Amino acid sequence: MSLVSDIQNRDGSFAQTAAVPGLSAGDARDFWQLLKPRVMSLVIFTALVGMLLAPEGMNPVLGFASLLAIAVGAGASGALNMWWDADIDAVMSRTAKRPIPAGRVAPGEALAFGLVLSVGSVLFLGIVANWFAAAFLAFTIFFYVVVYSMWLKRWTAQNIVIGGAAGAFPPMVGYAAATGSVSIESFVLFGLIFLWTPPHFWALALVKSADYERAGVPMLPVVAGESATRLQILLYTLVLAPFAVLPVFMGFGGLAYLVVSVVTGGIMIRDAVGVYRIREGAEANRAAMRLFGFSILYLFLLFAVLLAELLLPLPGAGTVLRVMGL
Amino acid sequence: MAKPEDGIQLDEEQRRRRRSRSLALGLVLAGLGLLFYVVTLAKLGPGVIIRQL
Repeated sequence: MSLVSDIQNRDGSFAQTAAVPGLSAGDARDFWQLLKPRVMSLVIFTALVGMLLAPEGMNPVLGFASLLAIAVGAGASGALNMWWDADIDAVMSRTAKRPIPAGRVAPGEALAFGLVLSVGSVLFLGIVANWFAAAFLAFTIFFYVVVYSMWLKRWTAQNIVIGGAAGAFPPMVGYAAATGSVSIESFVLFGLIFLWTPPHFWALALVKSADYERAGVPMLPVVAGESATRLQILLYTLVLAPFAVLPVFMGFGGLAYLVVSVVTGGIMIRDAVGVYRIREGAEANRAAMRLFGFSILYLFLLFAVLLAELLLPLPGAGTVLRVMGL
Repeated sequence: MAKPEDGIQLDEEQRRRRRSRSLALGLVLAGLGLLFYVVTLAKLGPGVIIRQL
């Protein structure tokens, strides 16, 4: 008996192939795509900053291995998220070509892949770093998959606000890998990503609200309307921009960080005001996409400058505070 | 004369995808082996060669 199944290739074309029981239809790149590599790269980056914040430092080999474990844990939660949300992904233009809705990877394969990598990454982090960091990584995976994907995403318009914590944990996990504990500094990095998440995703949701509505996902623009969403974006950005300067006053952001966080925070506020004011037509969508695009650069720059200041002999927070007379 | 193969025959695309998965899995396993080796050295430190005979 030979069953023929339709699969969609990555380029969008369709192919018919004989379904062979027990044989995967995906290639290595499909499984790589299940790990959400772009999210994974942001996780590596932010976890590295958290790790380098640790006062004692870490053996570079164990640090690299820990980062790898954190990255794989993040990728595993991405795979489990794609397994659970395959029905939503299938009806959204942005996600319809993902491996599961396209038929290249079976749901059961993605589930097994995600579970194996989750358990493996947690155990590996426990062995190379410490069991507190491993438990924190396990909690992060649980939070993203169960609390966000399974529970909040289809239930409340606050889904990405609360669920955003999962994406904000990596700097704390990185710090925990190096020290076995958490600190107020790592918590500030958590807060930075946590506050950044709502304006970032709601800017996209404004443009893609029809997609979300069709998929039955209660994103804020779908549930509360565009007007309320624009206001929420502005309010969160007004809290985020000053919060992002906190590392300077807490002693781990230097002069370069002060300049970059103030300037880019100002641009974020300007773009959020643009989203709030421009409400009609193609210009409104452009304003939302401008904020969405810049928000990615904003978070990247903040962490890149922190990383540069941790690695290079740049003027530290002490210099800044002395100049400011604090 | 060779007998025709019984069972499931994979088409060219299925063979390519299986090769791709096998290659990736092989590289990952080799990488993991190397990683466990260097992590073991890093965890044990120089003490690994100081032992009572």
